[in-house]
Amino acid sequence: MSDQSKGRRSLWRAAVVLIIAACCYEAAARSGYFAPALMPKLSAVAQTFVVMLLDGTMIEHSVSTLYRVLFGFFLAVLVGLPIGILMARFRPVESFFLPLVSALMPIPSFALVPLFMLWFGIGNLTTILIVFYAATFPMMFNTWSGVRSVNPLWLRAAGAMGADENALFWKVIIPGASPFIITGLRQAFLRAWIAVVGAEMIAASDWGLGWVIFDAKEFLNTDVMLAALVVIGGIGFVFEKLVFGSLEKRTVQRWGMSRVAKG
Amino acid sequence: MVPIAINNVTLEYDTPAGKVTGVKDVSFDIGASEFVCIVGPSGCGKSTLLNVIAGFLAPAAGDIRIAGKVVTGHGMDRGVVFQDFAQLFPWRTALGNVSFGLEMKGVAKEERDKIAREQLRLVKLEKFVDAFPHHLSGGMQQRVAIARALAYNPSVLLMDEPFAALDAMTRDDMQTLLADVWRETRKTVIYVTHNVAEAVYLADRVIVMSAHPGTVQADIRIDLPRPRDPLSVEFLDRQKQLMRHLGHKVSGNGAAH
Repeated sequence: MSDQSKGRRSLWRAAVVLIIAACCYEAAARSGYFAPALMPKLSAVAQTFVVMLLDGTMIEHSVSTLYRVLFGFFLAVLVGLPIGILMARFRPVESFFLPLVSALMPIPSFALVPLFMLWFGIGNLTTILIVFYAATFPMMFNTWSGVRSVNPLWLRAAGAMGADENALFWKVIIPGASPFIITGLRQAFLRAWIAVVGAEMIAASDWGLGWVIFDAKEFLNTDVMLAALVVIGGIGFVFEKLVFGSLEKRTVQRWGMSRVAKG
Repeated sequence: MVPIAINNVTLEYDTPAGKVTGVKDVSFDIGASEFVCIVGPSGCGKSTLLNVIAGFLAPAAGDIRIAGKVVTGHGMDRGVVFQDFAQLFPWRTALGNVSFGLEMKGVAKEERDKIAREQLRLVKLEKFVDAFPHHLSGGMQQRVAIARALAYNPSVLLMDEPFAALDAMTRDDMQTLLADVWRETRKTVIYVTHNVAEAVYLADRVIVMSAHPGTVQADIRIDLPRPRDPLSVEFLDRQKQLMRHLGHKVSGNGAAH
């Protein structure tokens, strides 16, 4: 089977699953057991979604959230990637950062939001820092593992062909570690995306997909909540599949450095 | 193309039980454009000796001179081919792999593509220039590795059991191909193997090593005309002679009596 038809099939399968889930929800909403205010019909959610899209508020919320998540994510890559590399190359750097990573990585970023609020106030700074916190450690950890997993034979062969330190780094270590680096980017973004919505709920004001959900609770606007959830899921999906998925396809999968699950 | 002198090389390595001598007081000379095979049982230090010549390891005593210059590290006067197929860079195409050394030398893109294509033609892979290593068979990957080691035109080619992980039929083809490549390029080749037939097929001279510690046991010239016929009586005689030096019991009366 060609890659393209395989891709179409998996897309088709995903669509079927989503439609079944939507039908189940709609059946529950129409059953009459729940108040429509708590469980609106999908048509009502869709209507709210379209209204919010047309008046620009949904775009504005999404842009605010994307700004925070991307800012924090890039900051995390900027810090996590070089430190991860240095950890793998230099023992003292490793023994300094590794306990830090082990201690800080398991703390849910959400648990830090109140503290960060007291330190940095309400708004972009706190949410960006929460995102940064959530994304840095997976980036660092995966990069560290990746550089350590570079085949020593590649380094030997490159050295025999006259590669200096600079060439070894850019032309052997970085591409050699790329399967792990891409996994790191992926995990970092996923954690960043989860963190930003949580942080916005309490530490943002006026704009953001997390904030709009929390705010809608005050007015029992469940349709707004669900519309925002759909957008959160949609954007997350786009990044996971289209951005990181295609990055993986064009690099490590093309090079045979990561195998796709068969079936 | 250049002579190599190996002078009283001794190599030690650390083990939990203390220092162990891997190679002891090994000396021999290699002439320009000579094809030398080093054979011996596992543990005789033949691969270690090759790594010293490649400059990956430093000897505890003695030195190695290539064209009169003492070896202190790896250098572009030597090309190295390893046994493991994984030596190729998976993120580069066959062409990209072969041009790596030229890239390090600072050769312009157009020129290095031209040279790399030429090298791939030499190992009969001109149709696979744009293939990534994971799409190539083991034998093809080793051919890319040979082309890669030759591309930046080193005068010495060092090969560490490059065909040991291949099936017997592919190995025969690869030996023929290597003999052709050698005839065309006239490199000085040092080739480590534990396969006696392979050594007789390829070598001008065979250095037989014995183990614990690794020392040179015999230095045998193979003066059969090329291309060699592995089924000829003379060929089998040489094989028996080598086997005897390696301590195997051999029936019949070969050339060595």
